[in-house]
Amino acid sequence: MLKQIEGSRAVAEAIARCRPEVICAYPITPQTHIVEGLGEMVKSGELANCEFINVESEFAALSVAIGASAAGARAYTATASQGLLFMAEAVYNAAGLGLPIVMTIGNRAIGAPINIWNDHSDSMSMRDAGWIQLYAATNQEALDLHIQAFRLAEELSCPVMVCMDGFILTHAYERVDVPAQDDVDAFLPSFEPRQVLDPAEPVSMGAMVGPEAFTEVRYLAHHKQLRALELIPKLSAAFQARFGRSSGSLVKPYRTEDAETIVVALGSVNGTIQEVVDEMRDAGVKIGSLAICSFRPFPLEQVRDALRHAKRVVVIEKCLAVGLGGIVSDGVRNALSGIVLRGYTVIAGLGGRAITRAALRQLFRDAGNDVLEQLTFLDLDEGLIQYELEREAQARRSGPTAEAILRRVGTVASQVA
Amino acid sequence: MEMQTVKFYQTGTFTVGNRLLAEDERSVQANMHRTNSLNSGHRACQGCGEALGARYAIDAAMRSTSGELIAVNATGCLEVFSTPYPETSWKIPWIHSLFGNAAAVASGVAAAMRVRGRSAVRVVAQGGDGGTTDIGFGCLSGMFERNDDVLYICYDNEAYMNTGVQRSSATPPAARTATTPALGREPGNVFGTGKNVPLIAMAHSIPYVATASVANLRDLERKVAKAMTISGARYVHIHVPCPLGWGSLPADTIKVARLAVESGLFPLFEAEHGEITGRTPIRRKVPVTDYLRLQKRFAHLFNVADEPRIARIQAIADRNIAKFGLLETPAHG
Repeated sequence: MLKQIEGSRAVAEAIARCRPEVICAYPITPQTHIVEGLGEMVKSGELANCEFINVESEFAALSVAIGASAAGARAYTATASQGLLFMAEAVYNAAGLGLPIVMTIGNRAIGAPINIWNDHSDSMSMRDAGWIQLYAATNQEALDLHIQAFRLAEELSCPVMVCMDGFILTHAYERVDVPAQDDVDAFLPSFEPRQVLDPAEPVSMGAMVGPEAFTEVRYLAHHKQLRALELIPKLSAAFQARFGRSSGSLVKPYRTEDAETIVVALGSVNGTIQEVVDEMRDAGVKIGSLAICSFRPFPLEQVRDALRHAKRVVVIEKCLAVGLGGIVSDGVRNALSGIVLRGYTVIAGLGGRAITRAALRQLFRDAGNDVLEQLTFLDLDEGLIQYELEREAQARRSGPTAEAILRRVGTVASQVA
Repeated sequence: MEMQTVKFYQTGTFTVGNRLLAEDERSVQANMHRTNSLNSGHRACQGCGEALGARYAIDAAMRSTSGELIAVNATGCLEVFSTPYPETSWKIPWIHSLFGNAAAVASGVAAAMRVRGRSAVRVVAQGGDGGTTDIGFGCLSGMFERNDDVLYICYDNEAYMNTGVQRSSATPPAARTATTPALGREPGNVFGTGKNVPLIAMAHSIPYVATASVANLRDLERKVAKAMTISGARYVHIHVPCPLGWGSLPADTIKVARLAVESGLFPLFEAEHGEITGRTPIRRKVPVTDYLRLQKRFAHLFNVADEPRIARIQAIADRNIAKFGLLETPAHG
């Protein structure tokens, strides 16, 4: 059914059709509208047979989900930014225990300085926690990925994070196709846990494991992700067969055939990138792009196949590995091991800075001419950096950086591109 | 069940003989059909008060629920000594997630049981004092205020024993721990700190709060059994001596626990919906020095005859006795 609704509402409706049994809610921008929507549906009775629990922190939110999942219930929660960091210990724990929880991340920057807008710093910080991480490019894909996520999680007994860009997707009103309950029921069988707390068949979960078997346990977690590499495309195909549209899968190449330059990115920025690719293709430039949908497991083979014939690769990252550069770039380099081509890392869109078509056009042109720095910060205000460095050099007690920069920048509204 | 006054055969220690009771009045542990939920073969130290408390508490909960019980365990001694891979001492469904989230995991288990139509299956969460009064306190308070159907049991041995005896917010004043060493002008833990979680639990107005001691195992079993007859959030705080951390003899665990109760340092009481409904009177009051002298963690008080600080500890005990009316004769006695 076609609906013109907010991204968060679209996700809430998708989750409801997955028949979750326990939902743990704790507010944090920009995820909050999702759990609000679900709370409404539970309270009104529209979503029956579901416990909606208002918890006291994100750490508790995921911990309640861990208990519910271990006791055989389909469990869901959502968070973002500081909230994901606050539950970090439980994030690793849920994966270590092999509990198929699904969690939405409304991607948002991490402070300090506190910032509510979009980038990928939050989910990237949990990339090695053992969760599968899927990144949605559009609201429709965000909706669809949640339906696939439960099936993926439960088949593998592994938690799945569906990452969607905060505000850009969560708060955008778009037309989406909300699938019928019958179709979702046919696609997503009821939860048959691999392990469950049940007095009829007592087990101990979460036992201590020492050096004698810890490596094996960790290897099995990795093995699960390798199986996900096979399962994700199959589920995406099965989803397409039932719902009639392509959503998810490992990677999405766009006009990469014969492309000399290929731009790699995660999430909603792929829409802007594709528009610029179209413009430049029209102008005769051999350029294409590659959206990585599954960041964990990282599809080394698919990325390699998509990029191997290019002359250069530009990785656009909404997260900065401070002291190094890019995180996605690391994976891409790993995928291209032994293949010689030029690689550029571009840090863009941090803390919600708009990634404009104009900026990308210039960036891709510079890349095509190979005049880019290997590590580039898109739209970096060099003057402001220079000002602050000089100011700090002048006095020992130079005060807080963020405040000084804000004083210099002045009224924010006038600065937004 | 109404408590009745029975003239027990008594040894000098106040322990009572089960054999003088009718079969159905005997303790859970006296019954051959007890579940041995925490079975033998675990790695607890000799004289471990926590192992004893957990065994009695969980078997009592198992009897009350006819075996329909799931346990959630915080990280800590109990978790480590009961589940060294690839073995487990637990004969019941049991999960360990993290140090600070046992109460929240238990809330999740209870929610799953409710939504799956299996409300007869009850949930116990358990942790040490560190996992309860410190790192797990946020989740505990959340579980309390939501009135989730969970019995939380805290085994209080008054410090972080699993990591090597560091101070917790349940460590008593003057106690020597690895982080409150017996050094300086005021050796051991400082006075005027710490928190009383049973009273904080009462402030949430939850249906049932009780303190218990491994020195009074019948009382402990009764309180757990009572807790299992009640729905909603319940809290039982059990005083469990730790020979390793306290520097007491393993054979003295019960004796030390009893002296904590009889001196007034660990009051035994019950409360429902925030109101105290029962207290266990002290039968023969002892000075706190009787309790302190058996433990090396307090040895510095006696090495230099630190009378002022001993007097301050005695004052704490006396205040407890007055506050909870521990020397008053109960109405039905």
